[in-house]
Amino acid sequence: MQSGWSEHNLYRRNWARDLRERLIAGVLLIAATVGVLTTLGIILSLANETIQFFRIVSIVEFLTSTSWTPLFSVQTFGIWPLITATALTSAIAVAIAVPLGLISAVFLSEFAPPRVRSMLKPALEVLAGVPTVVYGFFALIVVTPFLQQFIPGLSTFNSLSAGLVMGIMIVPLVSSLSEDAMSSVPQSLREAAYGLGSTRFEVATRVVLPAATSGIVASIILALSRAAGETMVVAIAAGQNPTFTLDPTVPVMTMTSYIVQVSLGDTPYGSLSYLTIFAVGSTLFVMTFLMNVISHWVVRHFREVYD
Amino acid sequence: MSMQTPATQSMFQPNQMMRRVMGGAFVGVGVISILISLGMLVYLVLDVAMRGLPWIDWQFLTSFDSRFAERAGILAAIAGTAFMMTMTIAVSLPIGVMAAIYLQEYAKESWLKSFIQINISNLAGVPSIIYGLLGLTIFVRYMMMGRSVLAGALTMALLVLPVIVVATQEALRAVPSSIRDASLALGATRSQTIWHHVLPQAFPGILTGNILAASRAIGETAPLVTIGALTYVPFTPESPLDRFTVLPIQIFNWTSKPQAEFHDLAAAGIVVLLLVLLTMNSIAILLRQRVGGTSRRRIG
Repeated sequence: MQSGWSEHNLYRRNWARDLRERLIAGVLLIAATVGVLTTLGIILSLANETIQFFRIVSIVEFLTSTSWTPLFSVQTFGIWPLITATALTSAIAVAIAVPLGLISAVFLSEFAPPRVRSMLKPALEVLAGVPTVVYGFFALIVVTPFLQQFIPGLSTFNSLSAGLVMGIMIVPLVSSLSEDAMSSVPQSLREAAYGLGSTRFEVATRVVLPAATSGIVASIILALSRAAGETMVVAIAAGQNPTFTLDPTVPVMTMTSYIVQVSLGDTPYGSLSYLTIFAVGSTLFVMTFLMNVISHWVVRHFREVYD
Repeated sequence: MSMQTPATQSMFQPNQMMRRVMGGAFVGVGVISILISLGMLVYLVLDVAMRGLPWIDWQFLTSFDSRFAERAGILAAIAGTAFMMTMTIAVSLPIGVMAAIYLQEYAKESWLKSFIQINISNLAGVPSIIYGLLGLTIFVRYMMMGRSVLAGALTMALLVLPVIVVATQEALRAVPSSIRDASLALGATRSQTIWHHVLPQAFPGILTGNILAASRAIGETAPLVTIGALTYVPFTPESPLDRFTVLPIQIFNWTSKPQAEFHDLAAAGIVVLLLVLLTMNSIAILLRQRVGGTSRRRIG
């Protein structure tokens, strides 16, 4: 009876089991590569249609002309009106979101008692959870009529209210990333400053803020990238006029609104106007990608390490 | 200053008064800036509710869109949102969770792991409308799904995948490694350990992440506009290849009309959309608090 069958089994390799484990690991790896395939799909599909576009339209015209009328009978393909509109709305948004978000972050991280902080922080995050189409509605139906009382020349569609509302929308992005950066500043730095007689305000502005600069700058760049890629607010509230201007009171057309405008129309597959949305999309993709890369780079290269 | 004048006792000016006032003033500014953001949110919700609530009735919830505001409703949009989201989650949840398990539990530190990881965090920063262009070329055109629920659901699945992967990784990371060690020491294989011990522990966290991902997808509009989800759909989609509309697109459509009644209809649609999101997020918060009560507490 003491043949030791269990011992035999214990030390023998269980091929079926090993095979199963390997299979599972393989399936999991395949799932993990879906993300890589998505990136590849984005790059290939954008590149393919964009190359076709540049077979027909000169890349020099695309990058230098300041007139964008691909849907008119006299077609011009200068991307600049779309870029200035995107820059304008994003700049307004960031000009709102950075002061509000940064001050909120300093307040939450350095001044607010833990109880207040644990209530206000999630409340701010709610702003990020509201769908963008709702902000678009708000900008067009509520904010623009309100602003028109003070700015008589403001048209129904304008980059000012789109930018303002987009700014409120990305406050949580700036505040939560900046707050993360500030809360990772070691407590010992604060204590040292207090020990030298600094007030809370001085600790916050002269010790914590400089030490967290890299994270804060990164959050601002990410906010800019987010605003540039934002679609529904500008498509609803900023207008559909590709004007080469930096006037915030007139209708403009951002890169994203152009893609929406063409998508809403009946554009035949493979036509030139179908290809334009990919050329515009590629431009947007490259711009936001660069901003994201720069933001990661800033974090990695300018981070103060105190350990 | 000390360069020009000899350091005497009178040179030290603590200026306490001014410095304390600065601090107090900043607290005021901080509270005001948070109140501006939150005030906008409250105002938005109240304004939308005042416009929209009178329009919400049984007729609104059970009718298709119409040229006449009194007869228009969101049945097709609700059905489309529900149908698309079911398929989106059915695709993205298993893939996202498996990808996270690979990255967190299987992958050794290597170039492959960091490549996949960096790639996922980059994907999270790609504007959603770019996913729409991807869906348009790959699903609508290349795979010939047309402007269908299926194409929309797959596009959305790719869009929320990074959110799910990151959230699941966080949930897995919060499971103490002693649990893995104990299971492995008793002779369980790696997959048995994960299936029977790690996943059940991480489950509430994974669910929370997925609910948050789903609530992001429910509110997304741009990618679906790009793949050409119809704005006028007088039917509920029956098969995955049917054309469809969703709540945010219906809201967009009504907002774009010049007549004020349609803006009120859009507000009514927004109220419904916000209620759905509120419900989902409340569930997620409840789940998160329950997680906080068990395994997460160890870390603090």
